[in-house]
Amino acid sequence: MKGNEAIAEAAIRCGCRHYFGYPITPQTEIAAYMAKRMPKIGGTFLQAESEIAAINMVYGAACTGRRAMTSSSSPGISLKAEGISYLAGADLPALIVNVQRGGPGLGGIQPSQSDYFFATRGPGHGDFHVIVLAPASVQEMADLTRCAFELAEKYRMPAMLLADGTMGQMMEPVVLPEEAVDPDDVMKGKTWTTTGTGMKRPHNIVNSLYLKPDELEKTNLERFKRYERLAAEETRWEEYMMDDAEICVVSVGITARVSKNAIVECRRRGVKVGMIRPITLYPFPSAPIEAAAAKVRCFLTVELNMGQMSEDVALAEKCARPVRKCNRVGGMIPSADEVAAAIDRIAKEGR
Amino acid sequence: MTTRTIMAGFGGQGLLFSGKVLAYAGLLEGKELSWLPSYGPEMRGGTCNCSVIISDEPVGSPIVTHPDILMVMNEPSLDKFEPAVAPGGFIFVDSSLVTRGVSRTDVQTVGIPATRMAREMGAVSLANMILLGAIVAKLGCVRTDTMPAALKHTISARKADLLDLNLKAVETGMRFIKGEQT
Repeated sequence: MKGNEAIAEAAIRCGCRHYFGYPITPQTEIAAYMAKRMPKIGGTFLQAESEIAAINMVYGAACTGRRAMTSSSSPGISLKAEGISYLAGADLPALIVNVQRGGPGLGGIQPSQSDYFFATRGPGHGDFHVIVLAPASVQEMADLTRCAFELAEKYRMPAMLLADGTMGQMMEPVVLPEEAVDPDDVMKGKTWTTTGTGMKRPHNIVNSLYLKPDELEKTNLERFKRYERLAAEETRWEEYMMDDAEICVVSVGITARVSKNAIVECRRRGVKVGMIRPITLYPFPSAPIEAAAAKVRCFLTVELNMGQMSEDVALAEKCARPVRKCNRVGGMIPSADEVAAAIDRIAKEGR
Repeated sequence: MTTRTIMAGFGGQGLLFSGKVLAYAGLLEGKELSWLPSYGPEMRGGTCNCSVIISDEPVGSPIVTHPDILMVMNEPSLDKFEPAVAPGGFIFVDSSLVTRGVSRTDVQTVGIPATRMAREMGAVSLANMILLGAIVAKLGCVRTDTMPAALKHTISARKADLLDLNLKAVETGMRFIKGEQT
């Protein structure tokens, strides 16, 4: 199954019946899959007139407590920024998939990770964050889709699946959950939805407009308390060959896969290198990186951007160790040989 | 054991499809695998390729830099990927479309007039399947008897009537290799 298709099927199996999108390479397979499947299962597939319309349709559907999503690629996500901010301001759970391509501007259509800052710092105006998950396999494209919906609902905030073009386009074996979530079940326990009072309860209001500054301040403070809880309870990462590592690679998505090959190659030559692969980018796994700083001499970030994540690594390890970069941009991907050469350069410095 | 394959040629020659069949055969045999297409403003007539990795261990990077097997169906693809083939690797060339020889001496070249053979079968578009059959018969990266099931799974319901013809093309490729060996 293609990575993009795995996202779509996983979303359907976890009870999502509302997809709103607008086509853009390299994520169009998500929309194509939804267009085929949704009408057959009583769901909604709607190709909106624009990305902005699509994200606002997600807002509307999310108000009802139903699982709703949209997907796009980098330039399209920029257009959705306003709507994402509104979702965050209204504390609505929703899934936004970003299968990144090279930028800025229209950029290119080849894989990229250059929306890292945009996603992790809060993609829109105002003080807010979205949960950011970075899959590194087709299996994770599926698993993290489900995880994104669940976390979004648990913390009442939008979640973004931040993949790169390679993850969307590649095919790998994938195991999907046999048991599908009933779309009605996801409504249970949600007391805030605008689904009609039935004359039995006061009106629920979903809104992001607070004209009284003290009230608005309160919503912001409360929201950031939730972010703290999210960081404490839901930060995820994977460690690879870190036990005796002297060099720590930090990488996500396709570059983490390339780095794994490079690490195997370098280990064969006796270079003690390992990797920390963040799975949540917001919240960022700062604790394991800080812990690693006590035993490694250098970090190496491998990214498809100019080194955006390397700043978070340096912040996490409080600049205790140098952070080197191995990066390509514009849709180019470093080869395992290039990453291995970067690791070897660091290894030689140490001798 | 890990086999890294690149299939390259013009868009419309069925390279992505033959890659999918190969990958699916790996899946049916319980192997680890990945399939990665080149994507872009590709269309019929443009260049196109896909990378397939079949392995006994989990696949690291799905990107193939040094293929063990290169299948080429046009000259630009041979120019582009010939230098990248791993030493000791194999290059399968559709010799009815690529006229120049392979210059590398540290790889094995298998020339198959696949497009001509496909035309003789009355299905010129199945040259890709002839080459795939040849690869499987020559190298055993997946078993030859997995191919019918792999094809059946990969071919879309809309084109199910073409299953037999595809299978025949794969077998033609296999026979070509057997003939070469005897």
